[in-house]
Amino acid sequence: MGQTITEKILARHAGKDSVKPGDLVNAKLDLIMCHDVTTTPAIDMLKAHGITKVFDPEKIVIMPDHFVPNKDIKSAEMIRKIRLWADEVGIETFYELGNHGVCHALLPEQGHVKPGMTLVGADSHTCTHGALGAFSTGIGSTDLAAALATGELWFKVPPTILFNVTGTLKDGVYAKDIILEIIRRIGVDGARYKAMEFKGNVIDALSIEARMTITNMAIEAGGKSGIIAADTKTLAYLKDRTEGEYEILQSDDDAEYEQIIDIDVSDLEPMVAFPHLPDNGKAVSEIKEKIKIDQAYIGSCTNGRIEDLRVAAEYFKGHKVAKGTRCIVIPATTDIWKQANKEGLLDIFMEAGATVSSPTCGACLGGHMGIIAGGEKCISTTNRNFVGRMGSPDSEVYLASPATVAASAVNGYISDPRKAVGE
Amino acid sequence: MRAHVYKRNHINTDEIIPARYLNMDKEAELAKFAMEDLDKEFVSKVEAGDVIIAGENFGCGSSREHAVWALRGAGVKAVIADSFARIFYRNCINNGFLAIECQGVSECIENGSEIEINVKDGKIKDLSNGKEYTFSALPDFAQEMLDVGGLLNLITKK
Ligand code: SF4
Repeated sequence: MGQTITEKILARHAGKDSVKPGDLVNAKLDLIMCHDVTTTPAIDMLKAHGITKVFDPEKIVIMPDHFVPNKDIKSAEMIRKIRLWADEVGIETFYELGNHGVCHALLPEQGHVKPGMTLVGADSHTCTHGALGAFSTGIGSTDLAAALATGELWFKVPPTILFNVTGTLKDGVYAKDIILEIIRRIGVDGARYKAMEFKGNVIDALSIEARMTITNMAIEAGGKSGIIAADTKTLAYLKDRTEGEYEILQSDDDAEYEQIIDIDVSDLEPMVAFPHLPDNGKAVSEIKEKIKIDQAYIGSCTNGRIEDLRVAAEYFKGHKVAKGTRCIVIPATTDIWKQANKEGLLDIFMEAGATVSSPTCGACLGGHMGIIAGGEKCISTTNRNFVGRMGSPDSEVYLASPATVAASAVNGYISDPRKAVGE
Repeated sequence: MRAHVYKRNHINTDEIIPARYLNMDKEAELAKFAMEDLDKEFVSKVEAGDVIIAGENFGCGSSREHAVWALRGAGVKAVIADSFARIFYRNCINNGFLAIECQGVSECIENGSEIEINVKDGKIKDLSNGKEYTFSALPDFAQEMLDVGGLLNLITKK
């Protein structure tokens, strides 16, 4: 019987010929990603258990991002603890301020992710990296400690749902709209414990970055992982970034999927997920009321990449952010920041009255750099709009693509990016 | 053990422990803010040994294990839900913290009821009316982790 890419990767890393959904396997890990929030507890656990070594310092990458630049004394202490520990155990890949960025944007950008690998990160959006054909999933701090110590983890092999995305995307409609539509259809637990595999001519046509927007939000449907088979675009993306071997795997034609969902996106419109769940999506034309927004936020591991900033900047050219609206732009990594600067995008944002910050997770999780007050509404390119996600439990978050967020920032209310903006 | 019942699906980690408290990671500190964005009164109501009962997909969202620690720190002995989000469930197992999947239970047990859990037999008894609910036994490895007190103890033992 055929196997899916996910099953093949897990089988190879568990030293088996094949695995099937439900099998419990111990898989070897090729890469472990640590960030500031979840790593300190793992360090404490290792120390409490007398574990003074990591399995392989070269397979561990540390990238503080949530509360950087240090937002308060407590976070400063946390990150310092990680720095000191990294030195103790000999981990050299530590993305310090100045080379920093949001982990899921930085990790592939810096060439750490390769097709066919197993990677875990102590962050739920680690599913992002499946866009390069890897098995990649989020874990907690105890798992992280165990992974750091032993280089392997237990996994239950997930069943796979295949999303076959076909048709032609209309202008103004982006990868974010596709994934918001998928989550709207299947619900926030529609893929609970499952691998979500994406294919089809629309996925083929997307850039690697846009593919990451899709796999990034697999967790918002409860998915264990998101995955897209590597193709020539993947190879081109990897060419300047990585060295060494990797194996390109495809799902077999007779692979067994738990479900196959065909989605024709030809009629898809820009989507907006209303508070307080990512599956609460509406097509922008369904929004009849004028929803005034207090803040527009462009950034995060979902949509803070250079292409996203380019799309957003188009809306600000010759326009201003609406009076009464604040707009925050956060390039997801240092390289993206530099590139945006080189292309003049940062000037465009600043001229329009938006503000641009250093890379950080920032307000995406209500950490810092743009927390919203009770009664306020924020439209955001991020991935979660849970109660209190970006600040007060009495605030509201609407999720949308960079185009929709930028158009809304200029108009001051939630807007269709396909219509002219500004007065 | 008293049941705090939330008849709601998708209670997420941002509600269980909001990100503004993630600059801390000790159970005792986190405990003060457990469930804050869902139920401000929770920490004043909860007593050691109580359980939380909720609907589908409990613990969805972030991978923050702080959610498990906040609940355990607050004295919560177990969470019973119609279903759990993956990372939260995994975190519970890895911590040797009892997470019981029992379909439909959130609809049947009333808030404040005294209940009894028998993990071995897979039974929950509602002492207020004597009704019993059955859940499938924990997988062997989860039971083993529960017995030794979590994944790291298991690894160091091996
Ligand atoms: S940008 Fe937001 S979703 Fe992405 S890792 Fe940071 S906090 Fe998590």
